[in-house]
Amino acid sequence: MEKTNLKERILEISGVNPRKCMKCGKCSGTCPNYDEMEYHPHQFVSMVEKGDIEPLMKTESLWTCLSCFACVERCPRSVEPAKLIEAVRLAVIRQQGANHLKPQDIPDKLDEDLPQQAIVSAFRKYTK
Amino acid sequence: MTYSYYPGCTLKTKAKDLDRYARASAAALGIELEELPDWQCCGGVYPMAKDEIATKLSSVRALLSAKEQGRDLVTMCSACHNVLKQVNHDMATDENIVTKVANYMKLDEPYRGETKVIHFLELLRDGVGFDELKKHVVKPLKGVKIAPYYGCLLLRPGKVMAFDDPENPAIMENFIKALGAEPVAYAMRNECCGGYATMENRVIAEKRATAVMDNAAANGAQMMITACPLCLYNLTKNAQGGVPVKYFTEVLAEALGVKEEA
Repeated sequence: MEKTNLKERILEISGVNPRKCMKCGKCSGTCPNYDEMEYHPHQFVSMVEKGDIEPLMKTESLWTCLSCFACVERCPRSVEPAKLIEAVRLAVIRQQGANHLKPQDIPDKLDEDLPQQAIVSAFRKYTK
Repeated sequence: MTYSYYPGCTLKTKAKDLDRYARASAAALGIELEELPDWQCCGGVYPMAKDEIATKLSSVRALLSAKEQGRDLVTMCSACHNVLKQVNHDMATDENIVTKVANYMKLDEPYRGETKVIHFLELLRDGVGFDELKKHVVKPLKGVKIAPYYGCLLLRPGKVMAFDDPENPAIMENFIKALGAEPVAYAMRNECCGGYATMENRVIAEKRATAVMDNAAANGAQMMITACPLCLYNLTKNAQGGVPVKYFTEVLAEALGVKEEA
């Protein structure tokens, strides 16, 4: 997809306006999984704003975001970075054959206590 | 009073305790929880994208079903509560989603978020009242230091969930006090335990859960309570620490003297 179109698509499905960001860094400062991310929440905001989306589509950070809404709650400008991360994640997994979690991978990940909630949530986040 | 009740998938399987202790406690308090007919799994995570419709339909069906019964909809699991409440907010505020859902489901009258979604803890606080709850306690949990674990799903996003102050909540502390126990104050009560990562990367889930449990233990917790089956799993299986974790409904049923019969 052309660069501008991809940016517009991400903005449309996320409903986020990254230009509201005042670059305070609080979203990344409060992210509980900061250490495990290549691109941090504030970088998703600034890179989407610049249209620099290809690297975001390739990063493991898409799968390490915990969807805990800490960045959404604590952003003083209500930018909602988690919604941008979700939009990029969807832009990846909505493509044919690009599911991150495959049903055949599930049995190895199960143990007798694993709640159904973990499985349905993983499918919703990683598969289309 | 009778409420519509949405148990969710996990309460029928791995989290049966969360459900049965809630039902026994509700009965002891004179609350009738009537399970919705034909409910479907909410999906466990709120679909954030503006153009997601199909993934919101199971929530809408539950919300609409409660509306048809003219009742408030009670949830027990933190994830179900988060998903249903956020979808309900979409149905009250996003005309595009309202229209598409109405077209898909061939509704004569669009659903516009009329149903009130309340978590069982909110019902205890606002419907029963913690002072009244205290009167029903027959086995006070005297001297037990309990760390309330909110996690992420009950509180955030604060403007939509409107559950409590998202950064300084008091509902679980007041619940613990009503049962005669002592709430433990600790900083990480509303930080994510990393449970969603457990299938993707168990190391992450372990790190986050251990950080939360360490913090609770350092402040004297003898037990942690939660409303989320995934938090309970993650804190029990993945965290290194050994603080026992229970559902809030289990300590409730214990204090109300109905745990054995549940």
